Parts: sequence; structure tokens; C-alpha cells
Amino acid sequence: MTRYAIQRLLLLVPTLFFVALITFALARAAPGSPFDRNQDRPLPQATIERLNRIYGLDKPMHEQFVLFLGNAVRFDFGSSLVRDRAVADIVKQQFPVSAQLGVQALLLALAIALPLGVISALRHNSAVDYGSLLFATIGTTIPSFVLAIFAIYIFSVNLHWLPVFGWGTVDKMVLPTIILSLGPMAFLTRITRASMLEAIRQDYVRTARAKGLSEQAVIVGHAMKNAMIPVATVLGPFTAFLITGSFLIETVFSVPGLGREFVRSIGSRDYPVIMGVFLLFAFLIAAANLTVDLVYGVLDPRIKVGK
Amino acid sequence: MATVDHPLTGQGRAAELNVIARKQRSLARDAFERLMKNRAAMIGLFIIVVAGLVALFAPAVSPSDPTSTIIDGRQNPALREPLWGNPKYVDTRFPLGTDQIGRDMLSRLIWGARVSMVVGFVPVALVFMIGVSVGMLAGYKGGRTDQLLMRLTDVIYAFPDLLFIIIIMATLRDHWLGEILGGLVLLFGAIAIVNWTGMARLVRGQVLSLKEKEYVEAARTIGATDLRIMANHLFPNALSPVIVAVAFAIPGAILAEATLGFLGIGIKPPTATWGSMMNEGYQVFSSTPWPVMLPAICISIIMLSFTFVGDGLRDALDPRMKGTQ
Repeated sequence: MTRYAIQRLLLLVPTLFFVALITFALARAAPGSPFDRNQDRPLPQATIERLNRIYGLDKPMHEQFVLFLGNAVRFDFGSSLVRDRAVADIVKQQFPVSAQLGVQALLLALAIALPLGVISALRHNSAVDYGSLLFATIGTTIPSFVLAIFAIYIFSVNLHWLPVFGWGTVDKMVLPTIILSLGPMAFLTRITRASMLEAIRQDYVRTARAKGLSEQAVIVGHAMKNAMIPVATVLGPFTAFLITGSFLIETVFSVPGLGREFVRSIGSRDYPVIMGVFLLFAFLIAAANLTVDLVYGVLDPRIKVGK
Repeated sequence: MATVDHPLTGQGRAAELNVIARKQRSLARDAFERLMKNRAAMIGLFIIVVAGLVALFAPAVSPSDPTSTIIDGRQNPALREPLWGNPKYVDTRFPLGTDQIGRDMLSRLIWGARVSMVVGFVPVALVFMIGVSVGMLAGYKGGRTDQLLMRLTDVIYAFPDLLFIIIIMATLRDHWLGEILGGLVLLFGAIAIVNWTGMARLVRGQVLSLKEKEYVEAARTIGATDLRIMANHLFPNALSPVIVAVAFAIPGAILAEATLGFLGIGIKPPTATWGSMMNEGYQVFSSTPWPVMLPAICISIIMLSFTFVGDGLRDALDPRMKGTQ
């Protein structure tokens, strides 16, 4: 197990290296230089050369990449080209908002999906079951930003119950949190239901019933305990879900988080911010996947992770 | 995904129905009949066919030009409400109204369907061709091809598809690559590059379990070439899960385009796509909801249709999975 953990940790290094390489190559392939932004009043040639020297843009590509890697490890991506601030500062200020939104959505998704999935498995083919399947299909199929538009139309434009934009007060957090949680909630309901359906048909559940345990003890203590293992494994893809979902939701609802900043930086071709935020996202997702793989091995000893 | 063991599935069904001496039917026919009985899948298929026809004949069926502003005498607003809106601002030439700069919504939706269909099918065809070839080779030959493929997929798996497509589009859309066909070619490439590894992995797994089967051994014994074994023996038997994967890859590609359009980094304006219509319509959402609501409804319907067909195909091709997923 320890060996496997170390192997997986080491695999993280080449993965992130390639992610950085691809990011770097793409950013350099993008046409234009950071210093030719104002078309009407181009900078003098001498100034551009001086700026290139200061930022190391006159060096050969491989040296630039090494420099970029070194800086990336210290999370130094320079300054935003549009806002007069360091990328690290922007991240420091806006990441907590995204993190709060993500955690709220995750908790909401778990709180609804786990009971719903278990109940629909126990009442297989009942109205509750069909209802939750329908919800799971809609939630995983219709994109979050489209659901967000529908929600705004109903609750903000027509009913005037909730404000459309902003962040900070509870009423402003309701819609973004619920909409962001819908995708993961639907996904999780599906997995929980499928996993629970399989668990309640196992021999050990029959044994538990046969020896006279109460129905509650059978379901909670035996079936659910085992059914939760596959559920734990989807928490990795979940992080990815919450991050990509988050920048769309933050954009729709004008939540001042890192996701909206990412979309803004794409729109204004603010490459240092694009690179920094993208690499941070990639790192978070890779780390989440790794954690889940390791936890999976601990939860289910039948899985031979050493192979 | 569980592997499909055809003979078992067929036998299981026959035993279940207790029909021993029935006419022989192929597995494909069996699956087709199961699919026909799936009402949701059939409704989805019907909607997709209609959308496909509308997309194909867009120049003939769209009432106006999707990209030109029609002002005729009006100053401001150029905006007309849809038929169910305030009669004062309704113009029957524009049954679904116009967007905020006076372009016909119905025509834009029709041409947007065309983009969605093309984006749904072209990159997925690429993914299919590359993924199946590489997966076959890696699974059958093993060795260095296999090693390289697995390392590549590890890297691409490290971050989600959508984020990768976004970063490609964000950085290369001003590059000459991003100018071909208004960015359509770059979009195809981005979707294909991100998705082919998943397909290759799936095919590789199938081939790994199939190549030890007796019929492959038999084919090899009678001197069949590697190419013949791959094309005539492995490919048809690995096909069912591939079909299901393709059925789910299509809405995935449509979603990617819609998301990019909504973020404003998809196919370049003034081309109408459902995603970019939502992006533009969103700016006037609170006063005039239809420019954003109509494409949102279209995206939802087409996504649900493809999902129903995908679910139907999965249940039809692998009945053991039914109701568990």
C-alpha cells in the first residue's frame, strides 16, 4: 500500500510536467505579444526589446520553459496583463469564494443524493424510484449554465424571489449553490442507487436478515456500508465537476470567484492569469483523483492496488 | 463498463423466454428490436432526425438570413417580440421574435442546429477512427504502442475534457488555425484530441479480452493475417460498447460547443450557434428573456434526446445492465 501510494505520488510529477508543457506551448503558440496590445499607439521597438529582456522573452524557448516551470512551482505567474495585480494575489483573493461555493454545493449534493439514492434502491421501480431516475437523467444531461438560465428566469425574472447577481448574502448564494450542486447531485443519486441495488441483493445481506437483525441494522450496517465504496470513488471526478461547473455558474450569476476571473481572462486574452488558474485547476483535479485512488484502496481491501 | 459476452446474452434471453426451437435471429436484430420497444429512445431518435433534416435543409427552411439585421424603418428597438409577446412589438415575419440587434431568432436557431449537428458528428467520427485504430493496435500488438498510449491517456485523464478544450480554444483562436472556417476546424481538432484517448482505451480493453478467445486462435491457425483478424474478428465483437460510447460522445461534443459559445470562445461571430446565441442573449436577459431562453430550450431538448438514445442503445446492446445504471 505504501509502495503504491509512493508510485502514484511520483506519477503526479510527470503528469503535471506534461500539463505545464502543453500549457506553455499553447500560450507561446498564441499569436501576438503581451506588449502589442494597443494597436493605435504601438510601443517603440527599443522599449519592446527592453521589456522582452526584462521578462526573459528573448531567451531560447527551452530556457523560457525551465524558467516558467521554476516560477510555476512557486506559483509565480507574473502579473495580469489587464489588471495591475500579480496572478498569485488574484488567486489568493478570489479562490476562497469559489471554494466556499464548491463546498456548499458538494454538501448540498451529498445531503440530498445519498438518501434519495438509497430510498429509490429500497423502493425499486416505485414512483419515488422513477422520479429520482428522471431527476438524475435531467441533472446529468442538461448543462449547468442552461439550468442556471431556467432558474433565473423562473425565480428571479418572473417570481422576483431571489436576486440574479452577486455574492455575500444568503439570498444571493441560494441559486448559484443549488444550480452548481444539481449536476453532482444527479450523478451521485445514480451511483448511490445502482450501488445500493447491487448491495441489497448480496448474500451477506440475506445472511444478516436470516440471523434476525432488524431491517434498519441490515440496511444501514451491512448494505449501506458496502454500497458507499463505489460512491467514494466518484468524489474525484466530482472535484472536476465542481471546478468546471463553477466557472460557468460564477459567470452566469456574477459570483466574484476564481472561475469568473478565469472566464474574464480568456475573454481579454490575459495569458498569465489563464495559465496560472488553469494549472491550479489541473493540480487540484490531479490531487483529488490521487486522494480518491488511495482512499479507495483503504476502504476496499479486496482491491489489489499494488499491481 | 461490463464487457459484452454475446453468446451468453443470447442464450440467457432464449432461456428466459423459454423458447428453444425458435427461428434463429442475429444479435444485432435482437438488439434492434429491443431498441424499437424503448419509447424514450424512439422519441429521442425522432427529435434527432427532425433536427438533422432541419440542419441539412437550413438554407431552404430558414425564413430570413440568420446574420443580417432587419431594421426596416424602425429606429430602436430593432427587437421584435415573439408571437406570444406584447402584440405591439410582434411582427409575424419573425414568429420567434428577433434578438437585440434585429436578427431573426427562428432562422438563427435553424442555422444553430446545423452547427450543433456538424459539431456532434464530425469530431466524433474522427474520435471513432483514431480511437478504434490505435486501440486495436495497442491491444493486439501490445509493446511500445501500448506503453505510449497508456502514458498519453494518463496525462489527458489528469484534467477534465472541457477544461482542456477551453484552454486550446482560448489560446489558439487568434492563431491562423483558429481562422479556418470561422474556428470550426480548430474546434473539431480540440474535441477530437481530447476524446480519442478514451475511445482508444475502451477498444484496447475489449481487444485484450477478445484476443485470447478460441475463434481468434482458430483464425490464426488457418493463417489469417493480423489485419484480417483485427478487421473481421476483433472489430465486430468489440463493437457494442464502442457504439454506446459513440452515442454518448455526440452529446458531449454538442455540449462542448455550446459551452464554448456561451463563454464567447467558440465559433466566430456572426455564425449563429446555440451557445453563442445564449452568450449574446444573456446580456439583455432581464428585459427580454427569449433571446437566451429559446436556444437554452433547444440545447436541453437535443441533449436529452441524445441521452435517451444512448441509454436505449446501452440497454439494447447489453440487457444485463438494464436498470442498474
